[in-house]
Amino acid sequence: MVDVKHVSKGYNKKNVITDVSVKIAKGKITSFIGPNGAGKSTLLSMISRLIAKDEGEIYIDGMDLTRCKNNDLAKKISILKQSNHINVRLTVKELVSFGRFPYSQGRLTKEDRRLVNEAIRYMELEDIQHKYLDQLSGGQKQRAYIAMVIAQDTEYVLLDEPLNNLDMKHSVQIMKTLRRLADELGKTVVIVIHDINFASCYSDYIVAMKDGKVIKEGTTDEIITPTVLNEVYDIDFKIEEINREKICVFYS
Amino acid sequence: MKLIYLVISFIVLAITSLFIGVQNISPLDLFQLTEEQIHVLLVSRVPRLLSIILAGVGMSICGLIMQQLTRNKFVSPTTAGTEDSARFGILVSMMLFSGAGQFVRVLVAFFFALLGSFIFMKLLDKIKYKDAIFIPLVGMMFGSIVGSITTFFAYKEDLIQNMSSWLQGNFSMMIQGRYELLYISIPLIVIAYLYANKFTIAGMGEEFAVNLGLNHKQIMNIGLMIVALITAIVVLTVGMIPFLGLIIPNIVTMYRGDHLQKSLSHTALLGAVFVLACDILGRVVIYPYEVPIGLTVGVIGSGIFLYMIMRRKAYE
Repeated sequence: MVDVKHVSKGYNKKNVITDVSVKIAKGKITSFIGPNGAGKSTLLSMISRLIAKDEGEIYIDGMDLTRCKNNDLAKKISILKQSNHINVRLTVKELVSFGRFPYSQGRLTKEDRRLVNEAIRYMELEDIQHKYLDQLSGGQKQRAYIAMVIAQDTEYVLLDEPLNNLDMKHSVQIMKTLRRLADELGKTVVIVIHDINFASCYSDYIVAMKDGKVIKEGTTDEIITPTVLNEVYDIDFKIEEINREKICVFYS
Repeated sequence: MKLIYLVISFIVLAITSLFIGVQNISPLDLFQLTEEQIHVLLVSRVPRLLSIILAGVGMSICGLIMQQLTRNKFVSPTTAGTEDSARFGILVSMMLFSGAGQFVRVLVAFFFALLGSFIFMKLLDKIKYKDAIFIPLVGMMFGSIVGSITTFFAYKEDLIQNMSSWLQGNFSMMIQGRYELLYISIPLIVIAYLYANKFTIAGMGEEFAVNLGLNHKQIMNIGLMIVALITAIVVLTVGMIPFLGLIIPNIVTMYRGDHLQKSLSHTALLGAVFVLACDILGRVVIYPYEVPIGLTVGVIGSGIFLYMIMRRKAYE
């Protein structure tokens, strides 16, 4: 379990996150939603120790984040950010192999190789595993990065806007994969997501944020309601049930 | 390109290099060398060959590391002001410790080269407009500023002739007793090999590196230190070899990709082959005189550099 306690973070004396406390359940998908500038990505980056917090505490399975060794954390928690996607001439397989770096420091063992191949198979990348990343489409690239995170084999998988720049087909594909990560492999998945309907259909828990504060957290059913969403986004929401999924209509 | 072709051309060029020069030594004489010929070989030809190899390998690897760490294909000791900073360091060491030995000079040059690299990295952090071409331009401006400071003080202290000898790389002075400093680059190259994976990961960005449990800052610093020390040594012994650290890594990453573990050996070998070829060319083109290596590498290198920029445009 990730336990965020009274965390604050500010840039230039302006608070981006103010006194946020959240609990993230194990083995489930939790989505952070909210308007731009709500502090979702900042919170995610703090949980994954990419940026330091100003105040408060973050515990991962009871361990204080600041006291953990960097390399140990890399076996426990992984984060994928959009900014990671730079054009570098690595093959898919080389990239996925880097996921094993925290374990092998670059000298892959037999077990590492097995896990790398497994991750490639899991993300259906066998055909393109020897292609360079800069030859791939956005969806393929995203899958390659997720395969790396799978090879990293961490209990916690954090993704910052994993659907950015993807079309519907690939978005669904990625979300289904994340679902499988939680259901089949028991991973705890935390995502920052803008598309409210993807959040509604695929996540177990939702944390709704606004202006650096948590407005409400709870199960998907508790959050996907007109009252909560109206408050978070300041626009009118209608919620319809289609095939037992709650679909939000906000195109006024 | 297969590694074996590089190895073959390397061996052929290395042997050729040994038997070119005013003093006529043919490979056929090898088993019946006169005393004078042995002397020439040991005092001049072999040191020259070794220094060409070490400088070529060292500068190419420096370029590769810099390009990886800055994530920019146009950054190299030449285009980031590292060479100019090293030269400034040499001037300072001449002014302050005029009687000091080579070792003190290397230390001062290393310190300045490192300082220059750090300033360049800081400049990179501050620049918001991160265009691929813009960054080396900033580096070259920075290098020119450092270079003009060097020239100013060199004029004042009447050292301009000494300084210009470091401006242009030259292997003709590489005789026994003047090149041994280059051996320091061997352990540094070994360290570069050991850190190959880490440099590759660091080159994918700080967040990427932290995610994999790496101390990003530490890796950057180690990389810059290797680059600064090798550059300082090469500038001090041979002189500046422009564009070498720029073109060799670029050619290699085109066909080997950005994984340092895969590209390091190729970069090292191609660097040696390229400098050997340029040196041989410079020695035969106006035989029995010779053109300094800085010039041949500069002319051929800038030609290739221009070609690469054009090609790049065609891709975008």
